[in-house]
Amino acid sequence: MAVIKLERKPLTLAERTYIPQILRGLRTTMKHLVAPAVTLEYPEQRPEIPPGYRGVPTLVKDPNGREKCVSCQLCEFVCPPKAIRITPGEIAPDSPTAHVEKAPQAFDIDMLRCIYCGLCQEVCPEEAIWLQNQYSMSGYTREEMVNHKDRLYELGGTLPDQHHKWDKKKAAEEHGNAH
Amino acid sequence: MMDFFFQFPVWLQAAIKGLAVILVIFPIAGVCSMAERKVAAWVQDRPGPNRAIVPWVAWIPFLGKFLQRLGIFHVMADGGKMLFKEDSTPGHVNKFYFIAAPLLAMVPALTTVSVVPFGAYLSDAGAVVPLILANLDVGLLAVFAIASLSVYSLILAGWASNSKYPFLGSVRASAQLISYELSMTISILPVFLWINAPGTTGTLGLARVVEFQSGVWQGLNAASWGGVWFGFLMPVSAFIFLVCLFAETNRQPFDTIESEADLVGSFHTEYGAFKWGLFFVAEYSHMIVGSGIFMLLFFGGWNPLPWLPLASVVEWVNHLTGWAFTLHPIFVGVLSVAIFLGKVLAMIFFFMAIRWTVPRFRYDQVMRIGWRVLLPLSIANLLFYAVAIALIQK
Repeated sequence: MAVIKLERKPLTLAERTYIPQILRGLRTTMKHLVAPAVTLEYPEQRPEIPPGYRGVPTLVKDPNGREKCVSCQLCEFVCPPKAIRITPGEIAPDSPTAHVEKAPQAFDIDMLRCIYCGLCQEVCPEEAIWLQNQYSMSGYTREEMVNHKDRLYELGGTLPDQHHKWDKKKAAEEHGNAH
Repeated sequence: MMDFFFQFPVWLQAAIKGLAVILVIFPIAGVCSMAERKVAAWVQDRPGPNRAIVPWVAWIPFLGKFLQRLGIFHVMADGGKMLFKEDSTPGHVNKFYFIAAPLLAMVPALTTVSVVPFGAYLSDAGAVVPLILANLDVGLLAVFAIASLSVYSLILAGWASNSKYPFLGSVRASAQLISYELSMTISILPVFLWINAPGTTGTLGLARVVEFQSGVWQGLNAASWGGVWFGFLMPVSAFIFLVCLFAETNRQPFDTIESEADLVGSFHTEYGAFKWGLFFVAEYSHMIVGSGIFMLLFFGGWNPLPWLPLASVVEWVNHLTGWAFTLHPIFVGVLSVAIFLGKVLAMIFFFMAIRWTVPRFRYDQVMRIGWRVLLPLSIANLLFYAVAIALIQK
């Protein structure tokens, strides 16, 4: 490859005095002095969260208010830092969602361990655990930093999907397979 | 009231006047540190400190919010923090000199003010009388003599800290301050050559310098020389003085003394709380006094514009309004102090703007500029003006 040698031009007298450069720099400084601020004043102004953001993991409910988690514990197994701890439980037979059979009795995510990798969301067969937009978690004690089930549902809210997978399954069982 | 004041013994009068000036300089230095943070923020396109507020000011509907956004109350918060935080003295220092250093830093910073005139009033005879604590003939010489003592506090602080970086910083400080003092002193000699024309009583007083820049326009002839500020008559002198002023006050781009990137905090690395604060107030006082001297020497002091001296302005105001009090010494004094202070603050803003424009010179560059550029330049400048003034005033 050809090497192109560039001649470095000797500095002119004006450049060597350094003064024109300082004046030009001062002009830039003054321009920025009156320019509007580009920063956010954080607690009052919040940044816009881009889609696909991986924030604090949460549990969601379906549009009927049923908790989507069936405590299969896949997320617990896949979680690299072992932040998730699930105690599986059964659904009472007289409950309207008794056909789902299982729901977590307790679901704890230790946010001091969580690394926000999103593997739990990726592995979940029920689309029950989602990393949502909340990006700041703080607390005064270690206990406060563990998100329990009720807190997880409070953070998660409702996922507006229309799968109703379990209801369809129940209907198929009762009326015979449509296929 | 004035008569009451003049009944006091002379020493008490002097003490009261001195205290009054210190009570002005000290808060201005504090506000300057705030302005520094605010200007830095604006230049960097961020809002800067804007949270602290005193509750009863917050109740004022519009003004309170404005003052809060301006960060005014952070001055108090800063001062309060500086006063009340733990003032620890490290175990490995020489305690006596360690504590003496910040006090010694304050002494020259506040002493130099005494020979700097900061305003003027018109006496009954219509003569301009400068407002000054001590109108000495040695004037500027006293400023230089006392201001150069400030380097002792830096050396003392660095040495007493008994630690590497402070020591390096103080060595740099002594070298830098001494190198730039030479060109600084030489650069202003043309001004005094011009003032002390043959046949007049010689003086180095700063008030006399301003008096010389208080001429009015008298047509295109030699008599109009008096109205031109020395900054325009001797731009090279003014420029050298300005550069040296930056070096003497340890401001960027001559900030090699503090140079937090390579010397942690230099001579004040081991200092905290109020002792550290004193160093900073001293530095800002130097800046204020330095800017004041620059304005007095080269930009007309309390005269608002070239060929528009204070006396003419007062005359115009009196003529336009017809109010008698506009000729009262207090009104004229306040007006002149306001004009002068405005100039000084503009100068301090310039210091800050330069800080965010020019990166810090390397230490060897600082020495090269001082000894191989500014010193020969100031000597050449002195020779040129010496010959020119000899020809003009012969």
